[in-house]
Amino acid sequence: MNTPASPSPPPSGSSGELRGGRMNTIGVPTEKSNDFGLASRRLLGRLGPEKPKAVLVLLSGLVSAGLIVTGPKVLGNATNLIFDGLTGRDGSDGIDFAALHRVLWFAVGLYLVGYVFSYLQAFLLAGVVQRTMLRLRADVEDKLHTMPLSYLDGQARGDLLSRVTNDIDNVSQSMQQSLSQLLTGVFTITGTLIMMLLISWQLALVAIISVPLSIFVMKRIAGHSRSRFIAQWQHTGTLNAQVEETFTGHPIMKAFGRQREAQARFDATNDELYDASFSAQFISGCVQPATVLIGNLNYVAIAVLGGLKVANRSLGLGDVQAFIQYSRQFAQPLTQTASMINVLQSGIASAERVFEILDAPEQSADPTFHEATLARATVEPPERVGRIEFDDVSFSYRADTPLIEHLSLVAEPGQTVAIVGPTGAGKTTLVNLIMRFYELDAGRITLDGRDITTMRRYELRSQIGMVLQDAWLFGGTIRDNIAYGNVTATDEEVLAAAKACYVDRFVHSLPAGYDTVLDDDGSSVSAGERQLITIARAFLANPSILILDEATSSVDTRTEVLIQRAMSKLRGGRTSFVIAHRLSTIRDADTILVMDSGRIVEQGSHSELIARGGAYLALYNAQFSGAAVDVV
Amino acid sequence: MLVRLLRTYLAKYRTLLILVVALQAAQTIAALFLPALNADIIDRGIALGDTSFIWRHGAVMLGVSVAQIGLAIFAVYYGSKVAMAFGRDVRSALFHRVTEFSAREVTSFGPPSLITRVTNDVQQVQMLVQMTCTLLIATPFTAAGGLIMVLRLDAPLTLILAVAIPVLVISLGSIISRMIPTFRRMQVRIDDMNRVLREQITGIRVVRAFVREPFERERFGNSNDQLTSVALRGGRLMGLMFPTAIGIVNLSSVAAVYFGANRVGSGEMKIGALIAFLSYLLQILMSVMLATYMAALVPRAAVSAERIQQVLDTQSSVADGDNPTMVLPDHASVELRNAGFQYPGAEHPVLANVSFRCVAGQTTAIIGSTGSGKTTLISLVARLFDVTSGAVLINGVDIRELATDTLWQRIGLVPQRPYLFGGTVASNLRYGKPDATDDEVWRALEVAQASDFVREMPGGLEARIAQGGSNVSGGQRQRLAIARALIRKPDIFLFDDSLSALDMATDARLREALVPNTRDAAVLIVSQRVTSIKHADQILVLEDGEQVGLGTHAQLLKSCPTYVEIVNSQLTNDEVAA
Repeated sequence: MNTPASPSPPPSGSSGELRGGRMNTIGVPTEKSNDFGLASRRLLGRLGPEKPKAVLVLLSGLVSAGLIVTGPKVLGNATNLIFDGLTGRDGSDGIDFAALHRVLWFAVGLYLVGYVFSYLQAFLLAGVVQRTMLRLRADVEDKLHTMPLSYLDGQARGDLLSRVTNDIDNVSQSMQQSLSQLLTGVFTITGTLIMMLLISWQLALVAIISVPLSIFVMKRIAGHSRSRFIAQWQHTGTLNAQVEETFTGHPIMKAFGRQREAQARFDATNDELYDASFSAQFISGCVQPATVLIGNLNYVAIAVLGGLKVANRSLGLGDVQAFIQYSRQFAQPLTQTASMINVLQSGIASAERVFEILDAPEQSADPTFHEATLARATVEPPERVGRIEFDDVSFSYRADTPLIEHLSLVAEPGQTVAIVGPTGAGKTTLVNLIMRFYELDAGRITLDGRDITTMRRYELRSQIGMVLQDAWLFGGTIRDNIAYGNVTATDEEVLAAAKACYVDRFVHSLPAGYDTVLDDDGSSVSAGERQLITIARAFLANPSILILDEATSSVDTRTEVLIQRAMSKLRGGRTSFVIAHRLSTIRDADTILVMDSGRIVEQGSHSELIARGGAYLALYNAQFSGAAVDVV
Repeated sequence: MLVRLLRTYLAKYRTLLILVVALQAAQTIAALFLPALNADIIDRGIALGDTSFIWRHGAVMLGVSVAQIGLAIFAVYYGSKVAMAFGRDVRSALFHRVTEFSAREVTSFGPPSLITRVTNDVQQVQMLVQMTCTLLIATPFTAAGGLIMVLRLDAPLTLILAVAIPVLVISLGSIISRMIPTFRRMQVRIDDMNRVLREQITGIRVVRAFVREPFERERFGNSNDQLTSVALRGGRLMGLMFPTAIGIVNLSSVAAVYFGANRVGSGEMKIGALIAFLSYLLQILMSVMLATYMAALVPRAAVSAERIQQVLDTQSSVADGDNPTMVLPDHASVELRNAGFQYPGAEHPVLANVSFRCVAGQTTAIIGSTGSGKTTLISLVARLFDVTSGAVLINGVDIRELATDTLWQRIGLVPQRPYLFGGTVASNLRYGKPDATDDEVWRALEVAQASDFVREMPGGLEARIAQGGSNVSGGQRQRLAIARALIRKPDIFLFDDSLSALDMATDARLREALVPNTRDAAVLIVSQRVTSIKHADQILVLEDGEQVGLGTHAQLLKSCPTYVEIVNSQLTNDEVAA
């Protein structure tokens, strides 16, 4: 079967809806890798643990190709027996059927054994490739957990997602497809060449000439089609972007009366896509007829030259027959190999993008158990109470733009510290530093007297519970999502947390109760309910320190009251850091920090700050603009 | 569905299709001619030692080959043309249909699904047409023609094909039929694994905060193992296919020589015919193989065709009537008369019995919890879908009697999710008014409190906006969307919770700046914040789709318990009074 050598990417088999961030998976150009050699050697190097199996794959490939390639020659011998018997060339009269049957059974044996080995090769190779991909995926996932957040923040999320999903997928598909065919192709071509030379070097020469000829033709066609394919992919990309944009912004397009413009714009791109894809398909579609032509020219040349040689008795008829089969076998793997090289290239380009993730920096290593114990021993008092101290802390995401500078503060055990200030003031950054999501530029943060960098990360983080602005839940049941805070919690404890955080109230109206599976878009529960689940999660974790980043703008006000109540219940007796958007919710905090541009500009209780008449009062008034606010 | 889709959209290209069939038939006949000529060379040239016959016939073979290729190239040319034109037409029909849809149809399909249908699904069906036109059409001719040729050569030997073809079809078919569900399952597992990865990346802070890396590793490890096991199965099945096909073809050749030798020995068949028979055998089996592979494309294309046809079969619920009103009275007003909306088959209406009137220079605020029907109300006024009871009147005219274009010219909508289009700041604003001057653009930005940050962006008005507006913050996106509506100078402003991402100070400044610019317009504003709306001329309170209050802040504080409850949840006592 001749596959048209179109340099199209492997069909990425997206059967249903779109996946991943990259929209145009259908028309991704065969991206060129920056360093093909390096990336492919590295990918090959990852086969290391499979070395014995890989050697077996090569061996069985060799055996099967050798056997299958011998087949036509053996059949040719059979034909020779018939021809010689008929023409009386071997001196006897009639065909030597006994000899003929021996030869034919031998051929059957060859083909059967060859079949077994070629399946063995494919079978083993599938294992080698898939296990290698399993390890690659596992390594990438591992890496995700060791990357510093500062690195992750610097990456476009869509790009990162696309690398860990689409690119890995592409690597595995192209490896699976191309390796097996490339191996078979190379072996068959070599074997066939040897057989042809053995039969007649003159005829072999004719067939060999067709190799550079077909490579030349294919190169010419590929050269022409590459630019068309690139154009096709570009137009596909533009078109898909237009479709996505128009459908996502559908209400705006309607209400702004821009339907006809959208249609006209789409039709123009669609026509361009048609022109480009038509010429791309046509030109690449010519590869197949062109190789058939070369094959046929070969066929004719061998029929004529071979015929002449048989006529002057320098060659058997069966040999010509075998030769015809060989020359056909020759052209086909050539085109196939060529198309596989394209697949391989796109796979290597993806591999390179995946390797970039593996090469990303890692966060500093945790102190060893011994060091951590030592550090703990030198500090008094040893019991965990939850005192947090910032000591002249400086931090910036980028070296040239300082964010937090020389910040010092103390949160005593059990205190509630509220942090307020405009967007970009560094509120979220401040609490992220407590979690050691980022490394400080200068100064230190201590928990109960111990520098947090001398603690192991799990030791630090397991003492802190966090409720984030974005209510992240994973695709599991509500029960599992609450238990995420504490693996060892019993069902009763989960239920108690759910009750305390008002999750229990709405869970009963869900069809499957606590076993309701939260899907990706969380359509079964509202934003406010999701937030309550994250609070229950932190509640169950029972930490000595709490970090609450309020998220209330998308939640309706009555659910918000529940969230507030759940949060204040959660705060009871714990050191808490609360980021507040609405000042009325944090009036009772022990300390309010007013932040601006990474600095604490004011600090004190609500009434102290109001009395001071500074930044806090200004913020407070802004919430009730247009009205004179009477403040006590 | 597949047949219907193909019939509808290929009808236009009937002549071209017939041409493709004819060309493919002709090139197949030419290809089938070659082994017969070769047989002649053997039987009459080689066997008799007639070298000039060999040369002459060689020349004929050469001519036939060249002719065949010429025909094949034309076939590919027209075949690609038909297939690509088919794809273009279906895409265009789909896109036009979706742009005609009202928000109701778009929501019921879901935008991501519609996008996939226009891109991926069309691609699938187009690929089938392309493959059929360039490869598949030739196979029945090759098979039938080859069969005629071998019957002419030696009828009894043809029995080998009677065995070989079914064996080939059944064994390949059974492999493929196992492969299809395997690959479908593989896709599901890939999606599963990608979901886990996506969750890990988006939730990385939570994962680290709760020290759940081990749990995540295990979760991922399970998906990874499951994917590997099904991918392994798929890879092995695929590995079985090629050797099996080759094996059957090779064994058939051996059988042909075995039985052929007897026929040749008994003088019933010539040796050249036997060799030609081997060639035909190969050609016929190859085409059967090709057809079997192609058959694997059909189920997938059929699923895609069904998804395409569903969209094409859906009519928009909002369309111009026969004689729509093109002219509107000038004095701006919005009026709802017992307006309601209910999804067909739904138990409860989303919105029921809402009545109010808002005239030029007035602001009507709408407040209520999530799911109370606020956005539905805005969509009804913008006629993104139609009321199922009651009526909506704009400037005194029922909007269903208006030409949609006339209506939409008068509307300035700022949706809840302020979607921006890929392009520049200016191109996004000109979406509201294509012929707006730079001065107008700046003025709109000024009012929307957006001019400061636009001035700071590299390029100013020409600063790039990524698709969806993902490169600006939520608050900036909202302000640009407001500017886009302002620049239209519409009769009716619809703000659907459009200030939620702004801080309180910016919110207040913006509302102040809006006042002089909306003097001649009726303004509908949805908000969650009591502070944002308490000075509105009237406030409409919605609960579970019902109108539970209408009046000013002071009136509602006395008369509407729901409103009081909302107010109390947001403001302290002294703030309520303020």
